[in-house]
Amino acid sequence: MKMNGARMVCEAIIAEGTKTVFGYPGGAIMNVYDEIYKQDGFEHILNRHEQASVHAADGYARATGEVGVAMVTSGPGFTNAVTGLATAYMDSIPLVVISGQVPLSLIGTDGFQEIDAVGISRPCTKHNYLVRELSELPRILKEAFHIARSGRPGPVLVDIPKDITAEIGEFVYPNSVNIPSYKPTTKGNKRQIDKAVEAILKAKKPLLYIGGGAVLSNASDLIRKLALMGGIPAVETLMARGVMGDSNPLLQGMLGMHGNYSSNMAMSETDLVISLGARFDDRVTGKLSEFAKYADVIHIDIDPANISKLVDVDYPIVGDITIVLEKIIAGLEDKIKPERYSDWRDVLNRYNELHPLTFQDSDDVIKPQWVVERVGELLGEKAIVTSDVGQHQMWTAQHYPFDRPRQWINSGGLGTMGFGFPAALGAKKGYPEKTVINFTGDGSILMNMQELVTASEYKIPVINIILNNHFLGMVRQWQSFFYDNRFAETDLSYQPNFKALAESCGGIGYDVTTKEEFDKALKDAIEKDRVTFINVAINRFENVLPMVPAGGALYNMILADQKEEK
Amino acid sequence: MADVRRVISILVENESSVLSRVSGLFAGRGYNIETLTVAPIPDTNRSRITIVTKGSKRVIEQITKQLHKLIPVYKVVEHDEMVEKEMILAKFPIEENLSDIQALCQAYNGGIANVGADMIIGMVTDEPCRIKHFLEATKRYNPIEVVRGGVVAIER
Repeated sequence: MKMNGARMVCEAIIAEGTKTVFGYPGGAIMNVYDEIYKQDGFEHILNRHEQASVHAADGYARATGEVGVAMVTSGPGFTNAVTGLATAYMDSIPLVVISGQVPLSLIGTDGFQEIDAVGISRPCTKHNYLVRELSELPRILKEAFHIARSGRPGPVLVDIPKDITAEIGEFVYPNSVNIPSYKPTTKGNKRQIDKAVEAILKAKKPLLYIGGGAVLSNASDLIRKLALMGGIPAVETLMARGVMGDSNPLLQGMLGMHGNYSSNMAMSETDLVISLGARFDDRVTGKLSEFAKYADVIHIDIDPANISKLVDVDYPIVGDITIVLEKIIAGLEDKIKPERYSDWRDVLNRYNELHPLTFQDSDDVIKPQWVVERVGELLGEKAIVTSDVGQHQMWTAQHYPFDRPRQWINSGGLGTMGFGFPAALGAKKGYPEKTVINFTGDGSILMNMQELVTASEYKIPVINIILNNHFLGMVRQWQSFFYDNRFAETDLSYQPNFKALAESCGGIGYDVTTKEEFDKALKDAIEKDRVTFINVAINRFENVLPMVPAGGALYNMILADQKEEK
Repeated sequence: MADVRRVISILVENESSVLSRVSGLFAGRGYNIETLTVAPIPDTNRSRITIVTKGSKRVIEQITKQLHKLIPVYKVVEHDEMVEKEMILAKFPIEENLSDIQALCQAYNGGIANVGADMIIGMVTDEPCRIKHFLEATKRYNPIEVVRGGVVAIER
């Protein structure tokens, strides 16, 4: 069928099954928007900033497991999208971002709104394309979706010059992809798998170390099965919260810089780390030479470059966790005995009794941890929870009772403030029947607050809970601990009227200073079904604890019962 | 871990941005490039990039793995048993002893490439360590300009 390049872009998006596209028009992408206007195969959401469009597509992808799609124009439209691309890249989220480009004849002339998009995005995309001929557009679009979702997922940018979107040519969307230089390994080496099974059977203190790859691979059921059949304790990274389920007695909690005591001690004392899609990030390992010092390491990862990047691995297995775990579980069946590790579980249980994850609640002032736990009690499994970046993110990761993967959406690798609100919009578009809560701070929320307008216009009722300490809290905490209380540029006492701000954009606002007010506001917000700011005044100097100081060994934690703020 | 020198050949799809993907990866991840040579492979749509790099064993392993991850990269060969050559063009004043320079170039697999009104150009092709010796030896003939090519290598 003959059509212009712009329509080809729309046809590809429809063929890939994406139901919602987030974007912002402009000169170089106008031909595509003209075709979007004419079609009804997908909905387009007009965010009020391109960064938010990419984060929204990202939230959609994280919640649904499908490829998210965002569309931006050339120049500033693209550069605004870069933070979104980098955020998705660091957390391996499948996205296809379409950007307009100046016409081919103008490339390299410093044309109006011209910028080298493939050059800028090279280090923060899995792959990118500048389309040079209309005839290659269908293949490139097909490849973009394939590369985004296969292997270790990631964002792919397709930069299309304006004249190519106007040109008319034959369109046949390819059925299959053949990229000879790109064949991800998924199956796992049988010999290594057999060796890993032997190692598990020989270990006395094995530990499942679960990372974000477990979520991406949809391996949660298999991981729970493996843990249960062997009685093997587990720890989750920030990105893996929900994989084991909060009520699972084998789950120690989150490990790392703000991990709880038994998780970090488990990692320090284990004799066999079974790493499932985790990448030994510095926020997880602390001082590398002390990390899992007594352990052999089984590392299952779809990206070979993650293996032995930071920690020497004894049993490297390159493959998809789901496929590899099926084989490991088959190998362990009838051989593994949960009793074997009961001493080990007892040790960890004692650690947990000694220093449980806790906080000092108060009747005079709202504690942020109380807010998170309260929302967990009221909504629990029913909510999808997103967050921005900072103290509130850590409190949410620590205290929310996550029951399932893809329930928890946050920017882990890049740590992008302003991610939570637009990501919540994307998650809500993916699951309109779920309540979507964004835990945010008084710093982060201002970085994409324009999305109040988007949420109101398109009736995407997400609830933003602002844990407001009038500080850039996480930086303030570091200044308290390591910079002798010199609060350089972290005092956010000068604030907007959050309630009025929400209302001026068509949302609802609540100012909350007591627990009763909070309960009332949350119930009201859920009933009213509109975009909401719940501005919660919390204890100003609350810290995120436990804390492993940067570069310190995991077992050297500053614990809550040792450091109480007045 | 001590740094080791490695010659790496990268077979890539011959497309416009592939060299910047490779060199960008080295720059972005802080890897070292000593020499880099690139040319199309005859009768294919592929090119070969030969890079000489230095790093610890772990870094070298990361370099090959990260290169593999680039979509247009077909193959990464970390050479072990190989024939390795480097080329030099050197320009000398005409006043220098022409036969001495010719003998020197011949000793390093080369000869005189060009003789002009006021200069002579010598050319040699040899292994990198011998190229170093050649450069030492040329100094006494007051070279005006020396152009050094990158390493090319082929597995034995």
